[in-house]
Amino acid sequence: MGEVSFLDVSKRFTLRVDGEVHHVQALDRVSFTVKDGEIVALIGPSGCGKTTALRVAMGLDPSNGGRVMVDGREINGCGHDRGMVFQHAELLPWLSALQNVMFGLEMKGIRGTQLRETAEKYLHLVGLKDSQNRRPHQLSGGMKQRVGIARALAIDPKVLLMDEPFGALDAQTRETLQAELLDIHARTGKTILFVTHDLDEAVIIADRIVVMKDGRVQEIMTVPLKRPRPDLSLVRGMPEFAETRYKVWRALHDGASVH
Amino acid sequence: MVDIADRQEKAAVKEEAAERKPLPRWMITVASVAVLLIVWEIFGRRINPVFGSYPSAIAEAFWELVVTGQLWSALYESLRPFVIGYALAIVVGVPLGLFIGGFRAAEAALGLYITAGYAMPLVALVPLLILWLGLGFAVKVAVIFLMSLFPICINTWLGVTAVPKTLIEVGKSFVAPDTVILRRIILPATLPYIMAGIRLAVGRAVVGMVIAEFFTTISGLGAVIINSANNFDTATMFVPIIILMVMAIGLNWLIGFVERRVAPWQAEISGRDRE
Repeated sequence: MGEVSFLDVSKRFTLRVDGEVHHVQALDRVSFTVKDGEIVALIGPSGCGKTTALRVAMGLDPSNGGRVMVDGREINGCGHDRGMVFQHAELLPWLSALQNVMFGLEMKGIRGTQLRETAEKYLHLVGLKDSQNRRPHQLSGGMKQRVGIARALAIDPKVLLMDEPFGALDAQTRETLQAELLDIHARTGKTILFVTHDLDEAVIIADRIVVMKDGRVQEIMTVPLKRPRPDLSLVRGMPEFAETRYKVWRALHDGASVH
Repeated sequence: MVDIADRQEKAAVKEEAAERKPLPRWMITVASVAVLLIVWEIFGRRINPVFGSYPSAIAEAFWELVVTGQLWSALYESLRPFVIGYALAIVVGVPLGLFIGGFRAAEAALGLYITAGYAMPLVALVPLLILWLGLGFAVKVAVIFLMSLFPICINTWLGVTAVPKTLIEVGKSFVAPDTVILRRIILPATLPYIMAGIRLAVGRAVVGMVIAEFFTTISGLGAVIINSANNFDTATMFVPIIILMVMAIGLNWLIGFVERRVAPWQAEISGRDRE
């Protein structure tokens, strides 16, 4: 099981700009649920609160109101039931790919032969069996993010939280990784909450799309594309893809939804 | 046609030039030192030996100090407090810097003293330290320790504050306890800064050692400098000065070597490992 619910979650930041105190309402009573095994994309313009929502769900930022539940239990700080994939992978530069994956496992208390075997298994899953002894600077951007995904998956969390994980990659690598993520999802059945600002990415990956604006949930849309989606080039050509993409685009631009 | 042939020829010449290997670095260094010594020898001989000296005279004085055994005892008297004071500064300075950088309250309470201690002319304290600790071994250790403590501590502290917040969040997101984050994320991320501090401290520790020996003038390389200067024996005076310079260069190299061992990813990232 792995169900995440946001219940009226609010978050306010205090900023000091040129001596003036500003209050920014990053999240304003945000409510939505990611069902077990589902992929939900959080999309919106920068500053809309999508990354804040993810950080609150991870437990990295406390909320000012409301609750985040994982399988019906309110979260209290970070936990092994959630695995975070960071925007720029954020691997520890002094550790090899394998050791980076092992780091997360060690923090979960896994020791001995199981530690290495599990780490290798997940590096294998993301296709990095042969590069496990390389350090992060010896890996390409896409490979780094694969290690980041393996690190988060290895602790076997109920939910995978991904913060614009492919945003910094070139278009081709991004498409490859999107396909791989869907493949991993098909094999592991993980619940995934995925933050992105890329319309195509949201439609291709997600079952449902949460459109955010000014800290509020503007609209929640269901993507009418079936799973599995093994051939993404076919998916891109489907009329449902174009329609959904257009709907999300409209929602982002003028707030008016097309029905 | 002519033009094309001409261009091809030029390109071939260029390739050949590119293939010629540049002189190795050590050869350039050796040549530079050789030129310096020759120029010094030529001009040094024209100067009154009280006001200056030259390499061959210094070499002679060096041999004299070796034969009489003076050099070995001076080296021993200098290096023993140097090693102890410097090692002590690392043992105290690194954890102190980690502590100050890692905890807001510690930074507010202690940061000021470390900054002040770094800026303070410690030389001015040497007479007081002599009153407290006498003229021997202890006062030398204290001066060397104080001179090298502050750059090590400050660099460690700065290194901790420069650790990317996101790396700490990686630790937090995997529910790492604070002590584990400090040991497995903050400490390795700070290592290049710590090594830079240790490197900076070498020069200050050598200066501290010589200053302490100037004041006490009983033993060590500093005492050899002062005593030979008082006897207008300028050539002998240069021997410990050159030894100290060679020592500082050697230590610097040694620290660079250790740095590449303990923080290899740093050199690899910046591309320095290719040299």
